[in-house]
Amino acid sequence: MIYDAGEYDVVVIGAGHAGCEAALAAARMGCRTLLSTLSIEHIALMPCNPSIGGPAKSQLVREIDALGGEMALNTDKASIQMRMINTGKGPAVQALRAQADKHQYHWAMVDTLLQQPGLDLLMAEVERIETDDAGVSAVVTRTGARYRCQAAIVTSGTYLKGRIIIGDVIYDGGPNNQVPAMKLSQSLLELGLQLGRFKTGTPPRINRRSVDFSKMIEQPGDERPLRFSYLSSLEPKEQISCWLTHSTPLTHRIVMDNIHRAPMFTGVIKGIGTRYCPSFEDKVVRYAHKSSHQLFIEPEGRNTDEMYVQGLNTSLPEDVQLQVLRSIPGLENVHMMRTGYAIEYDYVIPAQLKLSLEARAVPGLFTAGQVNGTSGYEEAAGQGLVAGINAALKVLGGEALILKRSQAYLGVMVDDLVNKDNDEPYRLLTSRAEYRLLLRQDNADLRLTNIGREIGLVDDQRWEVFNRKLEQLEEIRQELEQTSFTPADSAMASFLAEHNSAGLKDRLSLWELLRRPEIGMEQLVEQGWIKPAPPDILEQMEIQSKYEGYINKQREQVKKFEKLEQRLIPEDIDYQKVFGLSNEALQKLQTIRPRSIGQASRISGVNPADINVLFVNLEKARRKS
Amino acid sequence: MQEETIAAISTPPGEGGIAIIRVSGAEAIAKVDAIFQPRVQGRSLLELPGYQMMLGWVKDAQGEPVDECLAVVMRQPHSYTAEDTVEIHCHGGVLAARQCLQEVLNQDIREALPGEFTQRAFLNGRLDISQAEAVIEVIRARSQKALNLAVKQLSGQNRRYIEKLEDHLLQAAAIIEASIDFAEDVGEPDYEQLEELLNKVADELQMLLDAGRRAEIYRSGIKVVICGKPNVGKSSLLNWLSGRNRAIVTEIPGTTRDIIEEYINIKGIPVRLIDTAGIRQTEDRVETIGVQMAQQAIAEADLAIFLLDVSSGITAEDEDVFHCLDPSRTIILINKDDLQDKQIDAAQIKGRFTGMPVIFGSVQEEQGLSELQDHIEMMVLSGCGAEGAMEILLSERQQRILEQCGEQVLTVRGLLGMLSLDCLAVEIGLLLDSLGEVSGRNLKAEVLDRIFKDFCIGK
Repeated sequence: MIYDAGEYDVVVIGAGHAGCEAALAAARMGCRTLLSTLSIEHIALMPCNPSIGGPAKSQLVREIDALGGEMALNTDKASIQMRMINTGKGPAVQALRAQADKHQYHWAMVDTLLQQPGLDLLMAEVERIETDDAGVSAVVTRTGARYRCQAAIVTSGTYLKGRIIIGDVIYDGGPNNQVPAMKLSQSLLELGLQLGRFKTGTPPRINRRSVDFSKMIEQPGDERPLRFSYLSSLEPKEQISCWLTHSTPLTHRIVMDNIHRAPMFTGVIKGIGTRYCPSFEDKVVRYAHKSSHQLFIEPEGRNTDEMYVQGLNTSLPEDVQLQVLRSIPGLENVHMMRTGYAIEYDYVIPAQLKLSLEARAVPGLFTAGQVNGTSGYEEAAGQGLVAGINAALKVLGGEALILKRSQAYLGVMVDDLVNKDNDEPYRLLTSRAEYRLLLRQDNADLRLTNIGREIGLVDDQRWEVFNRKLEQLEEIRQELEQTSFTPADSAMASFLAEHNSAGLKDRLSLWELLRRPEIGMEQLVEQGWIKPAPPDILEQMEIQSKYEGYINKQREQVKKFEKLEQRLIPEDIDYQKVFGLSNEALQKLQTIRPRSIGQASRISGVNPADINVLFVNLEKARRKS
Repeated sequence: MQEETIAAISTPPGEGGIAIIRVSGAEAIAKVDAIFQPRVQGRSLLELPGYQMMLGWVKDAQGEPVDECLAVVMRQPHSYTAEDTVEIHCHGGVLAARQCLQEVLNQDIREALPGEFTQRAFLNGRLDISQAEAVIEVIRARSQKALNLAVKQLSGQNRRYIEKLEDHLLQAAAIIEASIDFAEDVGEPDYEQLEELLNKVADELQMLLDAGRRAEIYRSGIKVVICGKPNVGKSSLLNWLSGRNRAIVTEIPGTTRDIIEEYINIKGIPVRLIDTAGIRQTEDRVETIGVQMAQQAIAEADLAIFLLDVSSGITAEDEDVFHCLDPSRTIILINKDDLQDKQIDAAQIKGRFTGMPVIFGSVQEEQGLSELQDHIEMMVLSGCGAEGAMEILLSERQQRILEQCGEQVLTVRGLLGMLSLDCLAVEIGLLLDSLGEVSGRNLKAEVLDRIFKDFCIGK
C-alpha cells in the first residue's frame, strides 16, 4: 500500500558523493530536503580507490569548496596523506592528491549530514518518480512511502540494475556487494529518458600484514602537506605512505594464459568502460610490448590493514586474480581480502539534460554523478553540487546557475556532458579545459566564492576568510607595484648578485622583478621589502606575476570564445526550417537545443558547415527583423 | 527554404561543342519546364528523375524552337547549390546559348551575379569557410592559372594542407597532455619528439607560405619595367611581348599617360608591362627629370628589363639608367645581337653585371626572347621556394595568419624546455586556433561576418 509520507522541496535519491553534495547544497540554500539511501552504513562510500584529487580533479574539489560544497572539507578531515603532483609542470596543472581513510570519510560525511538543518536522512529504495503537469511531483519507495516534492535529484551512481562480474561468476549487485536498485531504471524510461549501459571495475584488496614492503619503493606524503579546503587548518597530521611496485613478465603470462576466461574478452561484459582507467587484462592485451606496469599499494585507512592495489582493476576469475597478485614483487605471499570485480550499470545519456542538469523532458528531475555516465568521486560530487544548487534555485524561483567553460572545470564538465558524445565513462582531464591557465586550483575561490555567496551557499565564516584574503592580496599587490628600485640601489644589487640574477638597467618595481624565474616572494619577504603573509597569498602573487603574459593570452582567447557564446539562438527556433543542415546536425540540434552558436559548435556531429548554415539563417532573420 | 531563381551560362564564353545554362532556385524546374518542349510528347521535366537527361527544344514565346537541347534536373539538396537546379545543354557558340538564356530570363528569372551559384552552395552548407573564400578568388581570378588555383582551394585543398599541420600540433599536444593528466604513468614529456614535430610544422608552414606567395604572383600579377636609352628597342620589345601574349584582362585602371603600359601574360603570370620610353617622349624638360621618373617606375616595379644596344657599347646614358636599378631584380638584355658591329661581348661585360641574368638577343629577329621569358618567370618566383608540387591559393587573411604562425612556431621551439608545460600547451593551443581559422574548423564570428559582407547577404 502506498501512503503519504510527507512533503519536501527536494528529494535526493542516493547518498554517494553526488547525492551528499546535492542534498547539502539544497538544504543550505533553504530547501526542505530529503536524502534517501539504500544503506546509511554506506553513505559517501569510496568503493574504488581511497584517493581524491589529482590533475583536473583537484581543481574540481577546490571549486566545490569555493562554492560552499563539502568534498574538500571532508577530504581534509579524512586525509592520511597529501601530495602535490605535477609540481614542475606549471601552476595550471599542479594538482593536490589525497589518500583518504575510507571509514573516516564516511563517518565525517554522515556527521555533517546529520548536523545540517533542513535535511532528513532516510534509508529506503526509491522505485518510482511521479510527475504531474508541472513536472516532478513525488517519489515512491519500495515500502510504499510517497514523498511529495517539487524536485528530485537522481544520484544513483552505479546502482541502477547493477551487475557484478568476476570471471564467470555473475550476479545482480551494487558496488561493494551492496543491493542494487533494480526498479528505478524502469521509472526513468517511463518518464521518457534514454538509458545506456557502462561498466567500471575495481582491483582486489590485500592485507597489509602479508605484504613485503622491502621489495617496493616508498611513496611518502609531502613534507609540507597542503589541504583542499580554503578553510582547513594546515596543522601537521601524521601521514601514511603508499608503495610502488610493478607487474612482471610472469604476471602478464598468467593474464594471457587465462585470457579466455576474462569476461572482457568472452563477451560477458557488454557495457563500455573508460579508456582512462582500463582493466589490467585490457592493458596487458593492448600494450603487449610493455613487460611491466606500475602498481601502487595504497592504504585504505588508519584503522584497517586493508590495502588497495592501484592499477590492477580486473574482472578475471578469483583464482587468476590470486595468481596475478602473487607474481608481483612484494606480494608473493599476499592474502587477498576482497576480490576485484567489474560492474555494469544503467546510466542516463546526458545529452538529454540542460546545462543545469535538469532533464529537458521532465521539469524538476535532475541527474548527477555516475548515473550521468561519468567516472570518479570528484566528477560525481561536482555534478551533485550543480544539481543541488539548480534544484534549489528552481524551487526558490531563481535562474539556473550555469558556469562557463572559461569560469570553472565544473562548467567544462557539464558542457561536455551535454554536448559531446560520450561513448565511455567521462573522466575530467585538464586537457578538456581550453582556458586551463585561468582555471587553477589556487584561484578557485577568486573565481567562484562570490557566486557561492550570491546563491546563498557560502556561509559567513567562509565569506569572511575570503574577504580577508582579497584584502591581503590587494595590499601585497600594491606593495609590489609601488616599491621600486634603481640600478644605483646597493641592497638590491647585492640581492640580485646573490640570486644569480642580472643587475637592473632601469628603475624596476618588485612586481616586475618577481617575473624573473629565479626570484620568489619568500626572498622578497626575507629582505623585508614585503610584509610577511600566509603561503597561499605569497603563492598567488607569484603566479599572477610570473604568468601574467600567458594569463593575458588566455583572457584574449576567452574574449574570442565568448563572442560566439553570446550569439544566442532563439529558444523557439524550428531547426526543420533551417535549410541546409546535415541530418545528423539537425537531430542533435533538435535534441540538445543549444543556447548559443558557441554551444552549438561544440556538439558532436555538428560540423563547421552546419554552423555556417545556422549562422547565416540567424543572420538573415536578424536583418529582416 | 530556397532562394529566388537565378540563371547564367556556366561554360566559358567563346566557341565550344556545347554550352551549359544553369538555373537554380525554388522555381527552377517549373520555369524551365514552361519553355522546354520534350522530344517525346507528354513528358515533362517536372517528372524527370534527378541526374537523367531529356532531349527537347527550348522554345520562345511564340512556341518556336530556339535550339535543340538536353536538360538535366537535380533536386535539392543533391545539386551544386543544394537547391533545385536545371542545366540546359545547348549548342555551343555565343548566339545559341545567349538566346536560350534569354528565354529562361524571360520567365521572370534573374541573371546570376558572378559567383552566385557558389555563394548559394556556401549558404546552404555545401562549402566551408576556406572554400567560401576561394569563391571570392574565383570571381576575381585574372589568369587561367589563378582560376585553377582558386578551384583547387574550392575543392577543400587548403583545408587538407592545414589539417596536416594540425595533425603534427595535435601530436605535440598529446605528448604534453599525457604528461600532465597521466603524470604517474607517463612522466616527463619527450622533448626531442616535441622539437621534431615543431620542426615539421615550421617546414611545412614555410612550404605553404612559399606556395601561397607563388600563387599570389599568379593572382595579382607583377609589374615589369622596360628601361634603357632611346632607340635601344624598348617599344619593339613591348610590342613583341604584348603581341605574343594575349592578356585575359585588358582593362587598364588609372593608367599613367606618361608611361606606356600593356597588360600581358607571361607563362600564366599576369604582367603589367611598363615602357619607360613614354617618359622621354612626353617630357620636354631637362633630362634629369626623365631619369627621376624612370627611377620611380623602376623602384615600384617587381622586375626591370634593362636593354643595351650591342652596336653602341655601354654609354654614359646607359650608366645613368643602370644606377637606378636594383641588381637583384634586373635582367639585362643586350639587344641587336644580329648586327655585325658588336661593341659589347661576353668577355667585356664579365663581372660587370654579377648576379643578373644577361641575355644576348634581338627583338627584331626574335632571338633570346623565350630565354627572357624564362628568366622573368624564374626571377619572379625565386624566394618563393622551389617550384614544388604544392599549389595553393591563400587569401590575404590566410597568408597573414600563416605568417604569424610561422614566427610563433619558431619562438615556441626556442622556448622548449624553459617554458612550463601548461604555458607550452597554451602556445600549441593558440597555434591550433589560428590554423583552425584558416581551415574553417575554428569558427570566429569576425571571419563569418566578413565573408558574409563580401557575399552581400540580405540584399
